[in-house]
Amino acid sequence: MDPIKFVQQELAREMNYPEFRAGDNVAVSYKIIEGNKERIQVFRGDVIQIRGEGATRTFTVRKMSGNVAVERIFPFASPAIQEIKVLKRGKVRRARLFYLRDRVGKKARIKERKRIK
Amino acid sequence: MTSIYNDAGQNVACTVVEAGPCVVTQRFEQDKDGYSALQLAFDEAKVKNTTKPMLGHFKKAGTTPKRKVVEFRDFDLVEKQPGDTVRVEEIFEEGDIVHAVGVSKGRGFQGVVKRHGFGGVNDATHGQHNRQRAPGSIGAASYPARVFKGMRMAGRMGGQRVKIKNLEVLKIFPEKNLILIKGAIPGHKGAYVILEK
Repeated sequence: MDPIKFVQQELAREMNYPEFRAGDNVAVSYKIIEGNKERIQVFRGDVIQIRGEGATRTFTVRKMSGNVAVERIFPFASPAIQEIKVLKRGKVRRARLFYLRDRVGKKARIKERKRIK
Repeated sequence: MTSIYNDAGQNVACTVVEAGPCVVTQRFEQDKDGYSALQLAFDEAKVKNTTKPMLGHFKKAGTTPKRKVVEFRDFDLVEKQPGDTVRVEEIFEEGDIVHAVGVSKGRGFQGVVKRHGFGGVNDATHGQHNRQRAPGSIGAASYPARVFKGMRMAGRMGGQRVKIKNLEVLKIFPEKNLILIKGAIPGHKGAYVILEK
């Protein structure tokens, strides 16, 4: 077996995150450390890409904070992530939604996927 | 390469190295050979791909042919005799500091900007035309009337023996003879490296 795969398997944490894909609206709760205090913050936005595999798999969440867009990349394997909630399923036609970066306001919306198999 | 999380929750990039099992093929003694060293062999080889002199060498050590044979100076595994195997956990421990020696990736013929970190010309205008990555002056004129030796110029880059010092051993998997080393080490995927402690 490939040594890298073996190591990743050995060190993998159990991840009970719901399945989601690009276009979905998610809320990610993650731990942040301020000085010596720990608290949990929620980042809510649209998933615009999922990339990588194994221990280096990540997803990118984009949200509008006021009128400034914020993107955050989360590794799936990060121990800081407490919970991922899927709030809406989006209907999109591609895996990477970088076109959203050029859109503002109503054009930047994602249609909801109503029928879910 | 892959990445793991340390106790502080930080993502640490690391390299997976398969470091054994190595077989001792020869011992060099201070009084007999003038120096002390241990010759280790690693990675199974086909008999048809091994030269006859090497086949004899492996036969003498009582082992199967191997692809890589390396001598380690003043190696203090005194009790090991030719034919014995050396495993990862006998030498390395988590938290050890090691040096990695390997042949760096070949970059081919490269210009002076990539090869030596020259700045190039920062302007595309002000009279510059297709010389943005040019080396500039390589010396004075009628005196010395030559270019000094060692002048840094374009040429073959990479494919050289490189040693990266002071890398930390993050983890060891004795059952598979694997070592996780913090950071990157020289060479392409699947390349041979020497780990010095």
